Amino acid sequence: MTMASETKLPVRTSEESVSALSAMKAVFSRDLKTAFRQPQDLLNPLLFFVMVVTLFPLGVSPEVSFLREAGSGILWVAALLSVLLSLDHLYRHDFDDGTLEQLVLQPQPLFLLVLAKSLAHWVLTGLPLVMLAPVLGVMVHLEGNSVAILCLTLLIGTPVLSLIGSIGAALTLGLRSAGVLLSLLIIPLYIPVLIFGTGTVMAASESAPVGGQLALMGAFLVLALTLAPFASAAALRISLSNS
Amino acid sequence: MSEPLLQAVNLQCERDDRILFRDLSVSILPGTLTRVEGPNGSGKTTLLRILAGLNDSYSGDMLWRGRPRHTYREEFLRNMLYLGHRPGIKPLLTPMENLRTLMAGRRYVTDKVLWQALEGTGLGGFQNVPSRNLSAGQQRRVALARLLVADEPLWILDEIFTAIDIHGVAALERLLVERVASGGAIVVTTHHDFNLPSMHRVTLGGRHDHGL
Repeated sequence: MTMASETKLPVRTSEESVSALSAMKAVFSRDLKTAFRQPQDLLNPLLFFVMVVTLFPLGVSPEVSFLREAGSGILWVAALLSVLLSLDHLYRHDFDDGTLEQLVLQPQPLFLLVLAKSLAHWVLTGLPLVMLAPVLGVMVHLEGNSVAILCLTLLIGTPVLSLIGSIGAALTLGLRSAGVLLSLLIIPLYIPVLIFGTGTVMAASESAPVGGQLALMGAFLVLALTLAPFASAAALRISLSNS
Repeated sequence: MSEPLLQAVNLQCERDDRILFRDLSVSILPGTLTRVEGPNGSGKTTLLRILAGLNDSYSGDMLWRGRPRHTYREEFLRNMLYLGHRPGIKPLLTPMENLRTLMAGRRYVTDKVLWQALEGTGLGGFQNVPSRNLSAGQQRRVALARLLVADEPLWILDEIFTAIDIHGVAALERLLVERVASGGAIVVTTHHDFNLPSMHRVTLGGRHDHGL
């Protein structure tokens, strides 16, 4: 180890650091890169989603009328649970290997970096669910229009699940039995998204207007995008403070 | 005497209903090395995490260049480099990718400089090997490569000699001495016998020192 000896080490102003946007990009691309090098972690929630949806016709009833009625609910519940399943990984690995400490110590506002991480989580779990949903929607005999609305509600709803889930994952980070507590904390917050998600598809299948419900889901998304990163950042600070 | 970079005033910290330290005041000046000493469990790491801004469960004041640190958080973080027990290295990424993402949030550094920094820490030829295939010492060296490209005037280094071989330790000592000579401020904890003539010492938990 050698170092060219500098004569002076000036204190830099905060403007001399990397812009928040490029720091966010770096966090986002690192999360994608690490996830694709361990694909089994990516496939796990997807497999869970497919299995739950395929087991319902086998376990309850393969009747078209039943599946058409319950299909949107089954898909939404399965999507919600599979996002929940993947949440523990959101910060756990980073916490264990110390990259989370370095993330918190970056000069950019932490909520923006947390937002980048939540978006990466959605791209890795929520988005594949949305892309699989049409196939499974057809499998449970949903009509074309309902399938389209179902995908739309999942597209709006799954980012909300990732963003809210990030708060719970950050809060339970330092705990040993985080899984149970995480579910207890997060599921109540997921319920409104679930109700409006399935409600919208139900309404669509009865040819009722869905604009209002979609707008409300959009409002959930905006609310989660603007508030959840702040809460997650605060929760991360608390968890690291106590570790 | 130059102005202190970081000051802790009347610091008190409690952990699990035990007071780790109270009325502790530390000033960290440019061009000095401060060594935090004390037996295991005396709160060295806790103190370093408080100094680095990772741990907020303390009472007392933290001043960055004479002003309350929390109001100058961004400037403080831009000028402080912390290396903890956990090296901050992703096992799935290569040393190059790790170093690139660690620097990405701080300042723009070309790949060539990062490549040379890894060579400088004895990782030449390992730049593109997944970090999980490296030994514990090599993984720590990836983290230490940051020191070679760091422009932060304040370094807070927790147990940096851990898992480093003899030659690495000697080189690291030289690096720290050079850094202090060029005006850097360094805070370290180490059980390794490390002495500088002008070293400041902060001793924790003196009363409980029973030895083995």
